[in-house]
Amino acid sequence: MSTLKVPTVAEMVARNEQPDILFWVGCSGSFDDRAKKITKAIVKILNYCNVKFAVLGAEESCTGDPAKRAGNEFSFMMQAIQNIELLNGYQIKKIVTGCPHCFNTLKNEYPELGGDFEVIHHTQLINQLIREGKLLLKEGGSFNGKKITFHDPCYLGRANGVYEIPRNVLKKLDAELQEMKRSKAKGLCCGAGGAQMFKEAESGDKEVNIERTEDALEVKPDVIATGCPFCNTMMTDGVKYFEKENEIEVKDIAELIANAADL
Amino acid sequence: MISQVFFILLLIIGFGLFAWNIQFIRQNINLGKDLDRSDQKSKRLKTMLLVAFGQQKMFQRILPAIFHLFIYLAFLLTSTELIEIIVDGVFGIHRFFHPYLGSLYTLIISTIELLSVLAFVATLVFLARRNLLKVPRFQMSEMSGWPKLDGNIILYLEIVLLICVFTMNGADEALYLQGESHLPGVGTFGFLVSSFTGPLFFNSFDVETLHVLERIGWWGHILVVFAFLNYLPISKHFHIIMAFPNTYYSNLNNKGGLTNLSAVKEEVTKMFDPNFDPYAAPSDGEAGMPERFGAKDVEDLTWKNLMDSYSCTECGRCTSACPANQTGKKLSPRKIMMDTRDRLDELGRAKRKNGKDYHDGKSLLGDYVSEEEIWACTSCNACVQECPVNIDPLSIIIDLRRYAVMEESKVPSELAGMLTNIENNGAPWQFAQADRFKWAEE
Ligand code: SF4
Ligand code: SF4
Repeated sequence: MSTLKVPTVAEMVARNEQPDILFWVGCSGSFDDRAKKITKAIVKILNYCNVKFAVLGAEESCTGDPAKRAGNEFSFMMQAIQNIELLNGYQIKKIVTGCPHCFNTLKNEYPELGGDFEVIHHTQLINQLIREGKLLLKEGGSFNGKKITFHDPCYLGRANGVYEIPRNVLKKLDAELQEMKRSKAKGLCCGAGGAQMFKEAESGDKEVNIERTEDALEVKPDVIATGCPFCNTMMTDGVKYFEKENEIEVKDIAELIANAADL
Repeated sequence: MISQVFFILLLIIGFGLFAWNIQFIRQNINLGKDLDRSDQKSKRLKTMLLVAFGQQKMFQRILPAIFHLFIYLAFLLTSTELIEIIVDGVFGIHRFFHPYLGSLYTLIISTIELLSVLAFVATLVFLARRNLLKVPRFQMSEMSGWPKLDGNIILYLEIVLLICVFTMNGADEALYLQGESHLPGVGTFGFLVSSFTGPLFFNSFDVETLHVLERIGWWGHILVVFAFLNYLPISKHFHIIMAFPNTYYSNLNNKGGLTNLSAVKEEVTKMFDPNFDPYAAPSDGEAGMPERFGAKDVEDLTWKNLMDSYSCTECGRCTSACPANQTGKKLSPRKIMMDTRDRLDELGRAKRKNGKDYHDGKSLLGDYVSEEEIWACTSCNACVQECPVNIDPLSIIIDLRRYAVMEESKVPSELAGMLTNIENNGAPWQFAQADRFKWAEE
């Protein structure tokens, strides 16, 4: 993995340079072993397309999304104000995130607090790179004939109305894209949002991720595609629950694309 | 003459009582906190026309949408017929518009009759659906008792109304055929339905009885309309009025963004400001009662949250899409809205009786909504997406959480750990911030 080039904003600024876009990695992408792979897939794509990007590295901090949704506006505000100060200090104009939760918070909640950036999700960036011809996928790649189903992350879909772009990207894979019975605006949550990721569920008769995995299993996919590290965890656990981990992969769109472009 | 006086009295009482009731609801909604929704007027108007008038979101479920549309259109058109009833009633005339409008009159009444038949069918379907089919979203615990009765009462009223309309038109048709109608002349009105049902059902009655029947239909019609009008404010059917302002004042931003609490922002900004002197005297604006963080009771919610509660149709589309509810958790977004309304009615009544500073010591969180409910939410926005009148149950849930966490420090223990981690390490897990960039080296 030594081939990855991951410049930090601090380094760039020291060289008197500015990144065109900041890659906001997020807490999952930085610390969670599974999500780190997604982070690296995104970096591979950025490197391959020669995008002039940078990360904050150790200067990055939680956006405050889980704190806000857990009702602690103080913790959220401390994170937000410090992050905004840092980003404004570096004169950041454009941000791509590896996580829909970071995407949502940076895009919808920071502007009012003085953090006005153009924020996109990594699937939107990938879509753009493909459209501009900078990212070429191999003909008849390894996904030929495979069946992929896309699980809409709530914070990308309903929360921000991004439904078609991830699908456009997946359609480039030469695979069969099949919708679950509940998708897009009707998509069912994976169960992790609203700070649920960090706690046990209230008592009920089922876990939400099991309910959602059943939706996915109905279409008998080879791959369940997601665009969110939390969804990835929940769906992976769901697939394991049904002991299907040898038949079904749960992958982020960035990983599928990096794979198809042979990166 | 007597009947005219009686009618005018009825008119005054009917509308007066309605205005009286509405004013209480207005007062109740105004108990909520400020929120500025005066921007983007044309976009708001468009949203209202599409969602409320155009029933855009209803058509996600096509069959109920069609039946609902029949009742809705019948309601709208019958309201226009009401104009004639009022003119006739006040001036003691019969079918005032008939001579002026000619064939247009026939067309209008025929359309009303057609829609009334369709509405009649729809009403029977809805009654069956509510009581025989046991559609899950109408059988949940929050729907037992009054809400169930409320759902049925309106359908019964609808049936009485339709019977009145057809008795009125049918008997009048039979009279007109004999030249005995209060409308001068002889012939048929040519209305779509009653030109058949009139002769069919009413020809066997004598003229005297027909006049009585026609009057029963006419008076019954107007009485049911006023009963309905004054029943609305205590019923979920208030949505037929509230749907319009409620969609107009919809949240037009992306659904995912939550509000930022400005009081918290000020506090935190001060904390980070090296020049801030904590011992300095507070400026004028800051003196007085500190704001409560989040919502404990309905007064802590915004007026839009409260308006939402009066707009709820109790249809349960939100709850049937809710991931927490589908997996057996206690949370039901519909119940959140019903609780908000019930509590608001209760508090509003108490305040009118005992003065506006009175508080009965009860609250929305605790007495109506439990902590277990609010912590089951994944903030997925499915409820907001599904609601046919753009209600936002999620923002109430978040405000209740804010109160529980920031004012009472009541937070599920794992979340308390997560929050500490964010404050100490800048991540929800226990990893050192310095290690945040290690992934690039692995
Ligand atoms: S936002 Fe909360 S209440 Fe609404 S549907 Fe999702 S989990 Fe249920
Ligand atoms: S909140 Fe909306 S979707 Fe839910 S019951 Fe009320 S009207 Fe129906």
